[in-house]
Amino acid sequence: MKKELTCIVCPMGCQLVVDLDEHNQVRAVDNANCKRGVAYATAECVAPMRTVTGTAPIVGGGIVPVKTDRAIPKELMIDCMMVINETYVPADAPIGTIIIENVLDTGANVVTTKDLHGVN
Amino acid sequence: MYDIVVIGAGIVGGMIARRLSKFDLKLCILEKENDVGMGASRANSAIVHAGFDAKEDSYKAKLNVRGSELMEEVTKELGVKYIRNESLVVAFAHERESILALYARGLKNGVRGLRILEHDELHALEPNLNEDIDCALLASTGAIVCPFELCLAAVGNAMDNGAELKCNFEVVDIQKQDDTYTITAADGRQVQTRYLINSAGLYSDKIADMTGDGGFTVHARRGEYMILDRAYSDLTSRSIFHTPTKMGKGILVTPSVHGNILLGPTSVDIDDKEDLSTTPEGIANIFDKTSDNMKDIPFNQVITSFCGLRAVGDTGDFIIREREGVVTLGGIESPGLSASPAIAEYVEELLLRAGLEASVKPNYNPFRTSPRTFGEMSAEEKNAVIARDPRYGHIVCRCEQITEGEIVAAIHQNPGARDIDGVKRRTRSGMGRCQGGFCSTVVLDILARELKLSPIDITKFGRGSRILNRKTKGDDGHDIH
Amino acid sequence: MISIDLVIVGGGSAGMSAAVAAYDAGLRSILLLERGNALGGILLQCVHNGFGLHRFKEELTGPEYAYRYETQVLERNIPFKLNTTVLDISPDRVITAINSEDGLFTIRAGAIILAMGCRERAKGALNIAGTRPAGIFSAGTAQKYINIDGYMPGNEVVILGSGDIGLIMARRMTLEGAHVKAVCELMPYSGGLARNIQQCLNDFDIPLMLSHTVVEIHGRERVTGVTIAHVDEKRRPIPETRQYIACDTLLLSCGLIPENELTCGAGIPLDRVTNGAIVDQNRQTEIPGIFACGNVLHVHDLVDYVSEEAEIAGRAAAAFVQGNAAASDREIALRTDGKIRYTVPQRITAADAVSVYFRVADVYRNVQITVRDGDRVIYEKKKAKVTPGEMETVRLSADHLRTLDGNCLEFSLVLIDAQEEEQS
Repeated sequence: MKKELTCIVCPMGCQLVVDLDEHNQVRAVDNANCKRGVAYATAECVAPMRTVTGTAPIVGGGIVPVKTDRAIPKELMIDCMMVINETYVPADAPIGTIIIENVLDTGANVVTTKDLHGVN
Repeated sequence: MYDIVVIGAGIVGGMIARRLSKFDLKLCILEKENDVGMGASRANSAIVHAGFDAKEDSYKAKLNVRGSELMEEVTKELGVKYIRNESLVVAFAHERESILALYARGLKNGVRGLRILEHDELHALEPNLNEDIDCALLASTGAIVCPFELCLAAVGNAMDNGAELKCNFEVVDIQKQDDTYTITAADGRQVQTRYLINSAGLYSDKIADMTGDGGFTVHARRGEYMILDRAYSDLTSRSIFHTPTKMGKGILVTPSVHGNILLGPTSVDIDDKEDLSTTPEGIANIFDKTSDNMKDIPFNQVITSFCGLRAVGDTGDFIIREREGVVTLGGIESPGLSASPAIAEYVEELLLRAGLEASVKPNYNPFRTSPRTFGEMSAEEKNAVIARDPRYGHIVCRCEQITEGEIVAAIHQNPGARDIDGVKRRTRSGMGRCQGGFCSTVVLDILARELKLSPIDITKFGRGSRILNRKTKGDDGHDIH
Repeated sequence: MISIDLVIVGGGSAGMSAAVAAYDAGLRSILLLERGNALGGILLQCVHNGFGLHRFKEELTGPEYAYRYETQVLERNIPFKLNTTVLDISPDRVITAINSEDGLFTIRAGAIILAMGCRERAKGALNIAGTRPAGIFSAGTAQKYINIDGYMPGNEVVILGSGDIGLIMARRMTLEGAHVKAVCELMPYSGGLARNIQQCLNDFDIPLMLSHTVVEIHGRERVTGVTIAHVDEKRRPIPETRQYIACDTLLLSCGLIPENELTCGAGIPLDRVTNGAIVDQNRQTEIPGIFACGNVLHVHDLVDYVSEEAEIAGRAAAAFVQGNAAASDREIALRTDGKIRYTVPQRITAADAVSVYFRVADVYRNVQITVRDGDRVIYEKKKAKVTPGEMETVRLSADHLRTLDGNCLEFSLVLIDAQEEEQS
């Protein structure tokens, strides 16, 4: 079975064609401009992963942008946001501060993406 | 207990309140919206008509001509921009007769500075007119003002002289006992007064029914407009009308005092007095009709479109009368803005005739400083202001170059801005080509800070027009748990 | 009046990259003017990832990308002024600016780099019928409320326009608990990147309705709904297809326009297609000593290319001030065929290798990008698909340019196997 996918690894957005066998295992990936596209297509067909970006509340008010430091299973995105929404970040946290370790047992940490140190 | 209550803070109510604020009286203005000038005064052609259009001896004719005479002085006192840009009623060859008739009527109405222009002279004056426009009536007393600035300034000046303003006061009941009127608002507030002015615009018929002086109806006439980017202000310097019809003065092309070209209005009678929607038909109609008069209008440079409602009475003329201490003003449609200073003068006369006893306050001040003078200052003057108040050095609206200082002043002056649109009307912040894309978030912040409210409580124009609905997260968030 | 060798207007990605490049080229008298309260510009509200893959070989969020450049500016001690708005630039390079500390002030600049960025198209230009209640936002305004201020502008959302900011906001609002009901796109294709359609819409089952537009807005105080309709091939709404969608928010993501008021004020000629200045390969405008880069020059899809372009401008501005600017030894005009809408640069004045950026007018499949010197093809490249949403590049070598016969290069798009396409 052939399946078409838009690669989301980089802004090129390659239109990948994945060849799947009867057990939904990837037989081949066509049209990828790089190796990461092949990896993406393979993962996307088996267990799609996404990086979550958003904002977290700061102690004392305001918000700070955050992200998961690696992709997590796609179906956990909303749950991940719920956890982030309840996690308060110190008002002087430097960029890259881990605010949640191993979020939802995904192996990914949630880190801040803006430097609050010396700002407030 | 007030001596006088004015219902409706539009241009007519505002001008009347200002005129009466010179007297040593307790004066209150009631307004159903969150700000003044929210009815017909908010969205109209912004033209001070010369007065050749209305039927001779009508209120419209007399008060328009008188109002046009008074307007220059009034705007000077109030610090409101007034430009005598002249107006032109243009006609194709087959419409020449109507132009001559207008000219004759203008002379009868006592309008000065009228002249017929023939093809060549006309096209030399206005090179962007269509070639087949044959002749025109030139009115050299035609002028433009900013209607909501004028309304704000009139109410503000009345307040500076002691008048009170109560907003969100929607009158639902008026009772008379002895010589006192008791006025009740939808939210239960009450005020009492000896004299009452009904300048409620579209709702003046309803208020008149409550005061016992009804018997007329006012309906809404929709007028849609479009505004062009300021870069195209050289299309015309004069207000260009076509020969009028029964439904009004037609769709015109006119500069605004702020340098944008205004196209419109359409003219459609509707039943709903709150329906401010623009329509595809209206927009198409404006394209068609303005293209009859002018060539090469850059319709792709429209920065916004909007709709205004005119309060049209059922008598063909303004209804202005006094009975038992109530002055009723009904059907003040065009040329209401032009006539407003004269209406105020006439209402004062009616009240004095009705027995109002009042002496002029020794400290009455007819002058008001425009809150928008910062932009027109020299570099030295600006630096002096910034040194005193650094917020004048912070540009908030980049398109119109409006500073935080001006926005704060607009919130704290009389009458103070309470919502985003109120700031916009007072300062022009958000009126430029990005239409508030960048500055509206900052204006909202400033409003919340100055009014000591949560950002969630800041509205676009009062009532349910909230901009934000909850915090995304964090303390005192609303929906997130 | 103070004099400064290089004044850069705008402290976003373009301005910071240009400042760093000019510094590294040996210039020390530099001043960066930024109207916001921090360096970084619009990147600061773009909390999503996808930035920096080309530059840093890793995927950064907007604030992280900005932080990397801010760090470089700080490390070099390049002076900057925040909360400072430039009001005017004169053709002889006098800048008038305003802020709270210095008041209104003027600077005589040896060179100027314009890096003011772009803004979103306002809704008025779109002439949507109906009311004007609260609840209508440009996508970028909503992005600022959500990502910087921490407030939600609405819960039930329709988005008009499938530009990247609109797509990103569809996902962002969904993750913050809103229900995005539809993204309508007037054109038969999206103006956004393919990967954003996948990860911002498809991931959340948000429908992308191509060839649809919003024809009417409903609601008096707050938006209560919109009417959408299918449009025909001339982009006119088809009345029978009108459809009401209840919502409290309409986001408009209808394209970006370079913000060139200052450029026009200085009398610098603009390209009618890009709405940015006409520049040479150094990003120098028609006024010598005034350069432009980033989204004020033409709207980019990738910040990586903004930085790259800004570095070209930064180095060239430094050379101009230092008197090292190479004398122009030729004047080559770059022309396009309409299928290719524009090129940046629009002219080339030296025989050095140059990357030419461009966008196409429509979605084309199986095309050959061709560059001709008169009748002679000097460059060609095949592409399976090109779309208006994605910027293309052609790299011309010094050899290409040295041996030109004429003084004009024609950029065109040749459709391969057009006949076969039609038959299949």
